[in-house]
Amino acid sequence: MKKKAYLGIDIGSISTKGVVIDGGRRIVASEYLWTEGNPIEASKRLIGILAGKIKDTGCEVVSVGTTGSARKLIGVITGAAVVKNEITAHAVGTITTYPDVRTIFEIGGQDSKIILIEDGIVADYAMNTLCAAGTGSFLSSQAARLGVAVEEFGNIALKSANPTPIAARCTVFAESDLVHKAQIGHSKEDIIAGLCKAVVLNYLNNVGKGKKIHPPIVFQGGVSKNVGVVKAFEDATGYPVIVDKNGHLTGAFGAAILAMKSGKEKAFDFSVADTDFRTKGVTCGLCANNCEIICVYQESSLIDAWGNKCERGAIQTKRQFAGVR
Amino acid sequence: MKRKVTFPHFGDYCIPLEFLVTRGLEMDYVTPPPMTKRTLELGAKYSPDYVCAPFKYNLGSYIEAIECGADMLVQTGGACRLGYYGELHEQILRDLGYRFDFVNLARADYSKPYTLLAEFKKVNPDFSVAKVAAALLSAVKMAECMDRVDDYVRRNIGFEVENGSFEAEKQRFLSDLRRCETKKDVTAAFQQCMDNMKAIPTEKPKKPIKVAIVGEYYTIMDPFSNHNIEREMAKMGMVIERWMNLSNSMFHYPEKEIARKIRGYSKYNMGATSMATIDVALTCAKKGYDGIIHVKSFGCTPEMDSIPVLQNISSDYKIPILYFSFDSQTGDTGIQTRLEAFYDMIVMRKRA
Repeated sequence: MKKKAYLGIDIGSISTKGVVIDGGRRIVASEYLWTEGNPIEASKRLIGILAGKIKDTGCEVVSVGTTGSARKLIGVITGAAVVKNEITAHAVGTITTYPDVRTIFEIGGQDSKIILIEDGIVADYAMNTLCAAGTGSFLSSQAARLGVAVEEFGNIALKSANPTPIAARCTVFAESDLVHKAQIGHSKEDIIAGLCKAVVLNYLNNVGKGKKIHPPIVFQGGVSKNVGVVKAFEDATGYPVIVDKNGHLTGAFGAAILAMKSGKEKAFDFSVADTDFRTKGVTCGLCANNCEIICVYQESSLIDAWGNKCERGAIQTKRQFAGVR
Repeated sequence: MKRKVTFPHFGDYCIPLEFLVTRGLEMDYVTPPPMTKRTLELGAKYSPDYVCAPFKYNLGSYIEAIECGADMLVQTGGACRLGYYGELHEQILRDLGYRFDFVNLARADYSKPYTLLAEFKKVNPDFSVAKVAAALLSAVKMAECMDRVDDYVRRNIGFEVENGSFEAEKQRFLSDLRRCETKKDVTAAFQQCMDNMKAIPTEKPKKPIKVAIVGEYYTIMDPFSNHNIEREMAKMGMVIERWMNLSNSMFHYPEKEIARKIRGYSKYNMGATSMATIDVALTCAKKGYDGIIHVKSFGCTPEMDSIPVLQNISSDYKIPILYFSFDSQTGDTGIQTRLEAFYDMIVMRKRA
């Protein structure tokens, strides 16, 4: 008799994460790789790698949960029991590991969020809205500008005793401010430390706007690996900031737990890693909305479609599909 | 030649407007085409970038109505920047080379309906006061009935047994309204619709999730500009309460009472819909609603000013509030994610 296990996949804009947990909520296997703009391929690779890792553990995956911005697409492909937004998934994942947590900071590749917890349940949350200032992709583009690997950023920042003030409101302002400061002779360490500080200020002013921050604070997402940003958060809030070594997996972990709690069980077939999935965008064209409808194909048969704003663009079967231009 | 009048698209309110124009003023009316991405693209292309989204929607809607033959455009004005928008719309459209007449109702005082008469005179100098008055009464009745139907739909659509039954009934009601001749017809159509809706089977839990939606005038009332947020919320299975609509805000606006009720939170009128937003949020917080959703167009100053007040209400009454600011973006994914998380949060809180 095999042990029941649960797979959680978090497909973000930059990275794709997967964990397999057992019934005791322990992580049996995990994997982290780049999405590279192709969530389907990334997920297939991820599933293939995880299949290899759990082969000898005697575990059998009986339920799948997906989260992250491609959760719907990958949810269809994997036949997931749970397709959950990343706010809920992160909250569930974090509360499982840190039952006392009060505040979750999360900064990912394209978005950032804050989640406030009271008595183990989400009390409030916010996400960055119209712009991506202060997220991971901003930091990596600035790292490239300064000729530094983004992984080095944090350690370099810690060397600075005097961070350069950098305008934090908006990426465009921050970038031109950074160029000016570099040209008048600020040292690289100071600029990098200043950038880390700017990210934190931007986050607290925009995402954390009007929210009361209580400890314990858990910080996750790719940017949490940057010790410079962690230090800047500790300085700004006055509280210690916890970064879990598995913090980057929290979303996937949460999705796996939600899959387990769903009670919907069906043996998961790892052969999807070798199945051909394609998507095709078609323009509905029945009105000026010109909805872009995404059709998902497994091998050559249509398994799902979405993107229509109204019933006229609904695609259920192949025959109806033929009627759409 | 008979002039063809149009108003910018605004939810379903083109129906009473059409009635008022064709029956009261005895002019032709052009209903602008339903709003689509194209409306927004046209509007955004010719609008100043930082102007609020309703301005862009209105402008796009004017252009599409002109394309359908309208040659007399009406702007309604309002209690914020919108009061100046008529002038700006007219100038932009003239600069684009369109030929039309422009009637700017911002010059009239809505609390004194007779001041509108001077504006109507510009539309049709020979209009009959008696006919306009009669049509106005029927049009107001239409708006009131539509608002009451919508109230009922919002409270029940999330629990319909058969998908689409409320929407179908509402559409049937709207097409009935288009055929109404008198106020009596309107009342009859309304009664019929309410009877039919009460007969629609629903599965409503004893204590359903109740969420109020508050915010800026245009964005909250126009489903296209708020990405159909009410429908998305209802689909998750909740009762949605919205006070803000044409009849409550225009014909039954209890300004003094609101000012008194919210004094503990706001001493001054911050303009436009801000007082009503605060009042409804406070009332629903006191009644024990599960959450509040605040919507506005990006850069809407009165609603921006009411946000800190809402935050105080949120922490005093422990009620979660989700804030949305819409501009000309058309992606729905971000909105969906936030709404889902809001729903999950409410469910978790209720369980605890």
